Amino acid sequence: MKQKSQRKAVVENVAQIIFTICAFFAVLAVLSITLYMIISGTPAIFKVGLKEILFSTEWAPTAKEPHFGILYVILTSIVGTSLAILLGVPIGLLTAVFLAEVAPKRIAAMVKPAVELLAGIPSVVYGLLGIYLLNPLMYKLELALFQDSGGHQFTGGANLLSAVIVLAIMILPTVINISEAALRAVPAGMKAASLALGASHMQTIFRMIIPAAKSGIVTAVVLGVGRAIGEAMAITLVSGSSVNIPLPFNSVRFLTTAIVSEMGYAQGTHRQVLFTIGLVLFAFIMVINVCLGKILKKGEAENE
Amino acid sequence: MMKKKSSRILGVLGACVLAVGSLAACGSDSSVEGEVSQGSALSGSIQMVGSTSMEKYANALSEVFMENNPDVTVTVEFVGSGAGIEAVNNKTADIGNSSRNLKEEEKAAGAVENIVAIDGIAVCVDAANTVSNLTKEQLTNIYNGTITNWNELGGTDAPIVVVGREAGSGTRGAFEELLGLEDACAYANELDSTGAVMAKVAATPGAIGYVSLDVLDDSVKALDLEGVAATVENIKAGEYFLCRPFVMATNGEISAQSELVQSWFDFVLGAEGQEIATEVGLITVQ
Repeated sequence: MKQKSQRKAVVENVAQIIFTICAFFAVLAVLSITLYMIISGTPAIFKVGLKEILFSTEWAPTAKEPHFGILYVILTSIVGTSLAILLGVPIGLLTAVFLAEVAPKRIAAMVKPAVELLAGIPSVVYGLLGIYLLNPLMYKLELALFQDSGGHQFTGGANLLSAVIVLAIMILPTVINISEAALRAVPAGMKAASLALGASHMQTIFRMIIPAAKSGIVTAVVLGVGRAIGEAMAITLVSGSSVNIPLPFNSVRFLTTAIVSEMGYAQGTHRQVLFTIGLVLFAFIMVINVCLGKILKKGEAENE
Repeated sequence: MMKKKSSRILGVLGACVLAVGSLAACGSDSSVEGEVSQGSALSGSIQMVGSTSMEKYANALSEVFMENNPDVTVTVEFVGSGAGIEAVNNKTADIGNSSRNLKEEEKAAGAVENIVAIDGIAVCVDAANTVSNLTKEQLTNIYNGTITNWNELGGTDAPIVVVGREAGSGTRGAFEELLGLEDACAYANELDSTGAVMAKVAATPGAIGYVSLDVLDDSVKALDLEGVAATVENIKAGEYFLCRPFVMATNGEISAQSELVQSWFDFVLGAEGQEIATEVGLITVQ
């Protein structure tokens, strides 16, 4: 009897130790990544100067007198992500409303798996579709729009707009799933009260249910931003990858694609600056995470 | 039953021991021979200094050479073609790597031009493009953004989509250097692999791109430059201008070098060395 309880105690302890190790593994990973990013990203800041890197627009890393300005790259990431959100969130939110409130069961049973499948498609597939379907279409549009204007450099359809469209599609699953859950979490009693007061179904959705699910929807948007700003593979194939000011029909380079496209042969300071770009991206993601934490906390406070 | 089995196992074991023993004997014999022949011929170190463009090629060569000859150390420094030839003329290095032909004054100072491989670049357009020939000047003007439409070159009225490689790529370095366009190119697409350039050019009407000569295929159309087709034969004959020699310069003829350096050139210009050149995308000279 005593032996049995002793064995039980050992199992308990061992299990606890295993759980603790697993838990700290994630913490360790985050800490070491942070440390690594800072160690490898800062030397270039001291060598080139933070102001020169962040606020100069000239990117010529292999020139005789190299320039490492990534202002356009940062702007591209901000503009590209914002446009993708502007395009993707309304579509995603309305899809979520459709799934949660409007759709007949049979149609919802068709749409829902399609959305889930969208989340499972590897990003390189989005990129390839972008090259073979989106870029040629975009090139036709580009040819029509800029036929007579002399100053435009033709990019063959590889531009900011293509990247934005790909990003907007890629954030859809995140936005749809999380906002749908938020919409479904609105208490049935509130909806019933709104209908009982004489509001129509649509009035109830837009005046009552969506505002009530606000914090969940904002969470969806922030996670969408995180997904969009960190994406590299899909947009490196469709964005043209030249460093330019982020206008819709310009070939552009994002923070992520700047790292991906030049890491192969970069040496010396050039390589170190690429790590600094990684650090900038890391800072962006951190800010997004902090925002997300604040929103979630606020949402909890409201619910209480 | 038991006994029978164990005796059989013993038999197998015995056979194994015998086999291993005879193998070991063979092994030791041949290895002794090997050591003798290599030890007498090759030991010491070779110093190579020079072109950064030749880094991949020089490293691949020196790795295999050192593997073949364990007592030899090959050190390679990448400081630029000019510095490499200077080092040879000062006798501070055995071999000076240069990714261009030697100048007259460099030859006068004693350096001998030993071309070991050729780096060739093809200019390609989409298969439907009607232009089939460009002059050096036209090509330069396309890449610096002066010419932006194919109708200025006798083609159809279609904008030119300028495709190139990312900063740091060896092909981009060579292309810009040969046209005198270092960091002066106006790229609409900077792609990070040869395959991506080919795919983009093949899929985009009006696109122009450059790739290493050895990867060309039928998905794109290779342009003639100054009326000369981009072929290995034309490059070897010296008629196609978008290429550069990879030179391993020595101070005096190869035959006047140390035995070690001579066997280095035997290796580089021999079958194994030329195979390495092909592997890194170069044109062989043998």
